[in-house]
Amino acid sequence: MKAPKSLTRELVTPEGIDLRLVLADGGERLGAFLLDVVFILIALIGLTLGTIGLAFLFSFRSADVLGVIWILGFFALRNFYFIAFELTPRAATPGKRIVGIRVATRDGSPLTANAIFARNAMRELEIFLPLLFMIAKTSDIDAWIGIVGMIWCGVFVFFPLFNRDRLRVGDLVAGTWVVVAPRRVLSPDLAAPESKLVFNEAALDAYGIKELNILEDVLRRGDEETMRIVAARIRKKIAFDHPVAEAEFLSAYYIALRGRLENRLLFGRRRRDKYEKV
Amino acid sequence: MSELVLKSQRFRREREADWKRLESLLGLLEAGKRNQLSDDDVIALPLLYRATLSSLSVARSISLDRNLVDYLESLSTRAYFFVYGTRTTLGERISSFFLRDWPGAVRTLWRETVIAAGLGAMGALVAFVVTLRNPAYFYVFVDRALAGGRGPRASTAELGRTIFGHQGDKALGFFASFLFTHNAQIALLAFALGFACCLPTAFLMFYNGLMLGAFLALFYSHGLGVPFGGWMLIHGVTELFAITLAGAAGFRIGWALAFPGSKSRLAAAADAGRLAGTLMAGVVLMLAVAGLLEGYGRQLVTNTALRYVIALATALAWAGYFYAPYFRALGRRP
Repeated sequence: MKAPKSLTRELVTPEGIDLRLVLADGGERLGAFLLDVVFILIALIGLTLGTIGLAFLFSFRSADVLGVIWILGFFALRNFYFIAFELTPRAATPGKRIVGIRVATRDGSPLTANAIFARNAMRELEIFLPLLFMIAKTSDIDAWIGIVGMIWCGVFVFFPLFNRDRLRVGDLVAGTWVVVAPRRVLSPDLAAPESKLVFNEAALDAYGIKELNILEDVLRRGDEETMRIVAARIRKKIAFDHPVAEAEFLSAYYIALRGRLENRLLFGRRRRDKYEKV
Repeated sequence: MSELVLKSQRFRREREADWKRLESLLGLLEAGKRNQLSDDDVIALPLLYRATLSSLSVARSISLDRNLVDYLESLSTRAYFFVYGTRTTLGERISSFFLRDWPGAVRTLWRETVIAAGLGAMGALVAFVVTLRNPAYFYVFVDRALAGGRGPRASTAELGRTIFGHQGDKALGFFASFLFTHNAQIALLAFALGFACCLPTAFLMFYNGLMLGAFLALFYSHGLGVPFGGWMLIHGVTELFAITLAGAAGFRIGWALAFPGSKSRLAAAADAGRLAGTLMAGVVLMLAVAGLLEGYGRQLVTNTALRYVIALATALAWAGYFYAPYFRALGRRP
């Protein structure tokens, strides 16, 4: 799907080409974070079970050593999970990798370890402090202080939703943002079929680039029911009644339409959709 | 295979091999398998990157195959981040951190460090004077759970035992690591809170001083001032310095956000954040050292004079490392 304009950012490489980065939206960020939380919890359970297993193995002779292992392991997981993964060339935690997003600097410069440390140290404020307020017993602190604290923390928790660049406080402070970086696969080209169906001028002027892209999706997906419906719509629109199989008709029409629109593109005329004048 | 009729299709057929090669090289590099690349591959990488960027540019203007354009955009972005990313090794990063970045950040933030230390000292002074006049105020400054048995009602002998007593040798390691993680979390919080216009950090620095002052007054009033100093400073030099630096890092960020100067607010915050982030990585290390000194050093060394010697040694070591001219000269080398 094409990203909305409001999330597309210009990044011109030194070679002078705009990479048109797309920022990750709130859902992707949250999804990635929740995945990471799940991974951390799994690792934590593994760590706990491992420590207990070791304790059995050594029949509890060195319980305090195991305590040290556990407490340092917990600390490392809590603080260095994000940092360690974002320091790799892919600059993304496993959660981010699954969602297909990564960390990058806002000015396109190399991502330094300092920036990664700063953006993750801020997590203390955004995640752990609110959690602390939530689980604090009401007897410990005044309920009002708790509520005020929650509101104050809420400013940081919901910070990404209230700025254009979807920055969380850590991003703001480290000069980073999170961009969409999926690994796309190059599908085979949709080649022209053997049989040459001929379409007249009016038939090829019926649609624009937007419709061409939708047709491309339909062809690549290859769902028969959808192809049947789309073929019927197009046949009706261009008044084409040659008896030919749907797949063949759609492929032929796709190539013909693409050829026509690409030819016009070479002359600097980009017809966005069917509503734009020819 | 039927014939390719369109110009954009022929274009793709011409260039596709380069893209695929770049994709496979990037796959290897991102997986950290750098040593599987041959010399030819390494030489080819920037050329392939430029060829792909140029393909993207052409594809955008002649091709309406969206799958192709999307693929090229994603491939170019991946390659860009790799080609223009940092390529220092971990060893280089670490040595530059210890030789230049960390002490440099500490020196740059000297004003904030002075302010944070001043706030702590002020808190300590206030609590010391108030608690000395009226010991009942002790619990205003110190949480009961934290104070343990050490309160205004405790006898001199009991207080003395908390200073010289053993926590039990076996649990030392556990105790040290617990202290370290606890203090590191507090320091990170002091840093993160600076974001809110410095105020919470200032309060945290002041409050830390208050607790210290209250304890000092308590022990001083029982004539245990000097042993308490040894008990506290053996690790306290490192720990208090680390917490002060964390506060300084917080101040820097809050200040940059409130008064960005000639830069934009976002740029100022980003610059301050990177500097402060470097400092914080060092602070966590310092707290690990402090945790070791507190958990092991303090429990094993019970002689007050020796404790003071160790405290002085750590103070000189940190001050020398951060501020001494020799290390400054070392750090300036590119």
